Amino acid sequence: MNPEKKTQERVGVYICHCGSNIAGVVDVADVSAWAGKELAPNGVVVARDYKFMCSSLGQELIEKDIKELGLTRVVVASCSPHLHEPTFRNACARAGLNPYLFEMSNIREQDSWVTTDKVEATKKAKALVAAAVGRVVHQQPLNSLFVPIDPAVLVVGGGITGIQASLEIANSGHKVYLVEREPSIGGHMAQFDKTFPTLDCSACILTPKMFDAGNHKNITMLTWSEVEKVEGYIGNFTVTIRKRARFIDQSICTGCGVCWEKCPKKVVDNVFEAGLGYRKAVYTPFPQAVPKFPVIDHDNCTFFQKGTCKACQKFCPTGAINFDQQDEIITIKVGNIILATGFDLFDARKIPNYGYGRLANVFTSLEFERLSNAAGPTGGKVYLRDGVTQPKAVGIIHCVGSRDKNYHNYCSAICCMQSLKFAHLVKEKTGAEVYEFYIDMRTPAKTYDEFYQRIIHEGVNLIRGKVAEITNAAYSPEEEGKLVIQVEDTLIGKQRRIPVDMVVLSAGLEARHDAKKVAQKFGISCSADDWFIERHPKLDPVATMTDGVFVAGACQGPKDIPASVAQGAAAAARVLSIIGQGEIEIEAATAIVDELTCVGCTQCVSSCPYQAIEFNTEKGKAHVNEALCKGCGTCVGTCLPKSISLKHFTDEQIVSEMIGAMQVMKYFQTEEVA
Amino acid sequence: MYEPSIIGFLCNWCSYRGADTAGMARMKYPPNVKIIRVPCSGRISPELVLRTFREGADGVMVLGCHIGDCHYSTGNHRTAKRMPVLKKLLEYTGIDPERLVINWVSAAEGEKFSIVIKDFTEKIRALPPFVETMK
Repeated sequence: MNPEKKTQERVGVYICHCGSNIAGVVDVADVSAWAGKELAPNGVVVARDYKFMCSSLGQELIEKDIKELGLTRVVVASCSPHLHEPTFRNACARAGLNPYLFEMSNIREQDSWVTTDKVEATKKAKALVAAAVGRVVHQQPLNSLFVPIDPAVLVVGGGITGIQASLEIANSGHKVYLVEREPSIGGHMAQFDKTFPTLDCSACILTPKMFDAGNHKNITMLTWSEVEKVEGYIGNFTVTIRKRARFIDQSICTGCGVCWEKCPKKVVDNVFEAGLGYRKAVYTPFPQAVPKFPVIDHDNCTFFQKGTCKACQKFCPTGAINFDQQDEIITIKVGNIILATGFDLFDARKIPNYGYGRLANVFTSLEFERLSNAAGPTGGKVYLRDGVTQPKAVGIIHCVGSRDKNYHNYCSAICCMQSLKFAHLVKEKTGAEVYEFYIDMRTPAKTYDEFYQRIIHEGVNLIRGKVAEITNAAYSPEEEGKLVIQVEDTLIGKQRRIPVDMVVLSAGLEARHDAKKVAQKFGISCSADDWFIERHPKLDPVATMTDGVFVAGACQGPKDIPASVAQGAAAAARVLSIIGQGEIEIEAATAIVDELTCVGCTQCVSSCPYQAIEFNTEKGKAHVNEALCKGCGTCVGTCLPKSISLKHFTDEQIVSEMIGAMQVMKYFQTEEVA
Repeated sequence: MYEPSIIGFLCNWCSYRGADTAGMARMKYPPNVKIIRVPCSGRISPELVLRTFREGADGVMVLGCHIGDCHYSTGNHRTAKRMPVLKKLLEYTGIDPERLVINWVSAAEGEKFSIVIKDFTEKIRALPPFVETMK
């Protein structure tokens, strides 16, 4: 083959048999002999074939040739580079050759395994080898960049997952910033009554952890705060956080509670009490809140709205109320970020035939948690909406908004167990008859199915079928004044109407309403359902495609408490392993700007998915921040004067590879014609 | 019979892995397409495609991740915008725009990959050799 330019490089070509995987289809001896002869003008000085190039003997063959024959470039034609590129790069490095001077040709997955005709497969292998040889002579040695890791960590979200992650990291002696947008940490778990399958009280197991996190010397708690901006890259993030005004001077507040006792303004608590209870305009969401400092709800405070009141200020024994407080913007430096932003509950109002919001005694799962919680608005008594009547029959409906193509296709993972727990609590607290309506009963984790068995034995009526409607229209005298559940019982194959006093909808979990915005802020991506996407669903469940940003808990997908805690700890472990390295290697194949030809059009700046390209206004030139660049090359495809090039994927390298393949293909074409 | 020469530019993370997946499942397809691995389909500038035609390729494929799945989050958005414009340019210069195909193949879609290759090879085979159309 005729190279465009004569090369000084000395290339070694190695064709792997891969047992019979390649050699059974491709004539490897022919390819190797052909490469040695026909590609000699392209720099090939030695071409060999060997049974298993990836074996230690195969690798030694390469190392020996590099040393003895003075090879300056190496091509291995074998399997996919996704499998063995690191293997051969290491072999080259051991023999003193820069690993980026190695190129791999995929003649197994993309040739011998997919081609039936042996002659054609051999020709294709020759073309692929020629392409790799064409490319490799233009490859340049590259050195990986190492950046130091800032040991501080940002944890976003103060639910059980965030608390667990923060404690793990803080206990290892590293600084943690825990950001929570509500006035207190605790998350959804703080609202729950009992936790399945052990039925231990949620607060009893959560509050000690909240207290530990609140008092840990290595944890800086930033509640009533939100992350505004994230800049930088793994090891060196700069995060801007808005600390919203609490109107409380935290340095002198003792959390005594006089302010909310004296506050005359009662507000329906739509967040913590799920709309069932009241709080004051100055409040902590619940008595065990961490931190103990209250916040003044600006939109409901009589002073802020009408200009008079200040009752809290008058009675505060330490003078901690400060109506002039402003939002505070703080900037912190961290090396890694863990997102544990949790979930939102599916809005059951979206299913009109279930009547939530229209029929008083239809409750959501979160409302039921508050009803049955001893610290809740009814003191743990399960009452109907009137606040006095105990229900005599209760229907619990699974899969509300989940496993339903009209709402969410996925299974919310927690509803079966949660509903079984509700059944137990209703029976225990009221002795009422309980009907559970399920599509499939899913209780897969440790000791979960035993819990299910226990609930069956408690005498709960389990009805398999998706509820069609909940109505107050009575067809018969016994349905008068009741809620009637219309369902097809698929086990007996009949339509049934079951009158009850109370209905609990096990609403599914969905991604936070602002998950997409958050994902954008942190440079990660969301699935079709807005859950954050992990790096690998099985083998890398808490990392993301953005180095240094990890996800844990229900923000990544529906999860129960044990799974969330496990992920929180897992994310912490991943972060600690990075901190332990002290510095981290980042991609060497990055983009670089040729300032001589850059015209300063800034097309590349807007094309970069990572904001890695800055525009230097003084010089009028673009500049690539190597630590941020992930090496996608989108800027290169965009740059009109061809001033940006991507190392290891330069135009010259890609074109030479293409020409190598084209020449061989054309060669065989003319041969056939002749 | 005339065998077309085709160059396929495949992104490293989805389509190249999709090709590997087809291989692992031993799905057979014609050998005409020679694959060149690039980090992202966004790396492929119009000039690279034109240069490939200049070298005599009968067809060019640009395969990337599905929109929303890009390893570099939005690199393939550029491909999706750039390549249709390039097709217009090809048409304007007298090159049949059908000779360039843009498609999205995920790492799991081995079968789709083999179908895309088969279909495109058949389509190009039905056209005259590219160099002859340029005479």
